[in-house]
Amino acid sequence: MIKQTWITIRTPLFSYKLDKRAPWIALLLLLFMGIVLVASISYGEYHITPTEVLQTMLGTLPQDHPQYRQFHLVVFSFRLPRIWVAFWVGMALATSGAIMQGITRNPLADPFLLGVSGGAGLVAVALIVWIKDVSTTVLPIATFIGALLTAFMIYIFAWKNGGSAPLRLILIGVAIESVVGAFTHIMLVFGNINQVQQAYVWLTGSVYGRTWAHVHTLVGWLMVLLPMAFLCANWLNMLNLGDDTAKGLGMRVERQRVILLVISVALAAVAVAVSGTIGFVGLIAPHIARRVVGASHQALLPISALFGGALLVLADLIGRWVISPSELPIGIVTAMIGAPYFLYLLYRGRNG
Amino acid sequence: MTTHAQSISQNKTRILGSRFWLLPGVFILSGILVACVLWSITLGAADIAPQTVFDAIIQSNNMDNLQLDSQTRFQYLVIQTVRFPRVLIGIVVGMALAVAGAIMQGLTRNPLADSGILGINAGASFAVVLAVFVLGTPSLSTYAYFAFVGAGVSAVLVYMLGSMGRGGATPLRLTLAGVILTAFLSSFTTAILINDQQALDKIRFWTAGSLAGRDMSIFIPVSPYVAVGLIGALLISRQITTISLGDDVAKGLGQNTAWIKGVAAIIVVLLAGGAVALAGPIGFVGLVVPHIARFIAGADYRWIIPYAMLIGGILLTVADVLARIVIRPQEVPVGLMMALCGAPFFIWLARMRVRR
Repeated sequence: MIKQTWITIRTPLFSYKLDKRAPWIALLLLLFMGIVLVASISYGEYHITPTEVLQTMLGTLPQDHPQYRQFHLVVFSFRLPRIWVAFWVGMALATSGAIMQGITRNPLADPFLLGVSGGAGLVAVALIVWIKDVSTTVLPIATFIGALLTAFMIYIFAWKNGGSAPLRLILIGVAIESVVGAFTHIMLVFGNINQVQQAYVWLTGSVYGRTWAHVHTLVGWLMVLLPMAFLCANWLNMLNLGDDTAKGLGMRVERQRVILLVISVALAAVAVAVSGTIGFVGLIAPHIARRVVGASHQALLPISALFGGALLVLADLIGRWVISPSELPIGIVTAMIGAPYFLYLLYRGRNG
Repeated sequence: MTTHAQSISQNKTRILGSRFWLLPGVFILSGILVACVLWSITLGAADIAPQTVFDAIIQSNNMDNLQLDSQTRFQYLVIQTVRFPRVLIGIVVGMALAVAGAIMQGLTRNPLADSGILGINAGASFAVVLAVFVLGTPSLSTYAYFAFVGAGVSAVLVYMLGSMGRGGATPLRLTLAGVILTAFLSSFTTAILINDQQALDKIRFWTAGSLAGRDMSIFIPVSPYVAVGLIGALLISRQITTISLGDDVAKGLGQNTAWIKGVAAIIVVLLAGGAVALAGPIGFVGLVVPHIARFIAGADYRWIIPYAMLIGGILLTVADVLARIVIRPQEVPVGLMMALCGAPFFIWLARMRVRR
């Protein structure tokens, strides 16, 4: 038997218990993140060496360096914002996916199960196709609202006799998503081709041209949502025992499930609003995390988040590198990484 | 004891009662289908009287011997070369998708399975987009060939991927492999479309699923495959019922499950591949129609499959009519119309049927 050791934190408000390995893994991930971050900033058409990147970021680059101003511009205005966006979006999607998988007890559930991507997509495509130059501040807000409204609608339609059975939720989710998808597609078929192409890029998920304003919005929301998710992690552990056992342990199952759903949907909606629908992260990151730290959600959620963040930062670098000077949207890269990973799982046969 | 006996007798009458209605139901649905076909043909840029439609179809073989004024001759020609082929293709596509979906749901015991699940739609789309990207402007019938080949190749791939590893092809593995391949191929499709605006412009109507501009030159090469698929589906419907009860039960009843699964998979590829070649990737029919059929006909696939066939044909014909008339003179791709009319019904069904 492997002797499992735990770290336990107890306060009057909450208690927290996680695998002893979790902090070390988190540290390792952050280290990896740091390396990829520096590599990613240094890579590009305007090349900057890693040491110069570090110097610029730490502010130790001498003022009289011949390229001082260019370095500052490239690092802080062009490259760093998009990388941060990728990182935070990855965190949000991975956490959201881990919660969704916990609620539905289905390892294949992803953050977009409740129509978040469909609703956001409809609003985004409508704005991009109808209003020619939609401002970058309006788009995230509108898509965020679209995502939440769709999720809410699915939940309302699935509500019956004081409950929302997971199967009914999924079936109605599929139906509503297909209606929303049909409207989106109609606009894609009849819209002006230039705008349609732009809309396609958005639908695939991209962090191209994202600015500090996006980063601030993301961080603002996630500073509230992520801690909430981590604090509710124990509910997921209990839900995984089955509704009856969870009730026996004193959970108000339906109510706490709704709270978890809201957190998960909000996380996904924030991410989608800023970067479009990036697939696979919400599916893969929790999978990898589960293999490393086990199924207890208190360690699983934060570690998934870090895996998701690191994964997207890496995917962003790959997307800029693989067909340079042109670039591949980050959502395509995640699918190209994600599919082989799942095939490997399939081959190992641990999922059957 | 009495209550038990009562419930048994009630069950009996219910089963007999439902059986009693099933056969006439097939005739009623066939009647509705024929009516829909006539209705569909009368509507168009110029509306044509139902009597003329009927005559034109009956007389299609001896046009030369008829004494017709020029307007009627023109109408006959429109019906025979444009409208009738289109309706026919619509029916065949609807039937094929519905039956393919029913078989997939029975085989994988997954109520959300449809023909797209074996990666068939994604494979077809990828092949067609690749064809446009490489060849420039192929004709609609070239699309059909590429779609069919793409669908076949990706289905075989999914089957291979799903059956590697320990334990062979389980429903879960097949589903998983289908989902993965779909995501993988669509990412390549999108990558091409994002970088090639011309290809995107040419292909976007096709990717939504449409019957516009389809005629006999596409129908004739594809229809034999679909016909074989449909007949095959009817022939193995009994075995599918058994398999839908679970592998163990089926084996216990002496069925060679691996063999049946293989045959069923081939049938699904023929049907779904044929449908996507004819009309592009149309969703929703394959998912929803089997549920409607099950709602009417119970759990026996000997009834579910013919019902799915008829309902699929009717639904696609009606959706195509609506697709043509809602924003005249333009038309909405039928695949989208399908989702718009089908979804409200499906939501109602899900609310009615899913109790827990």
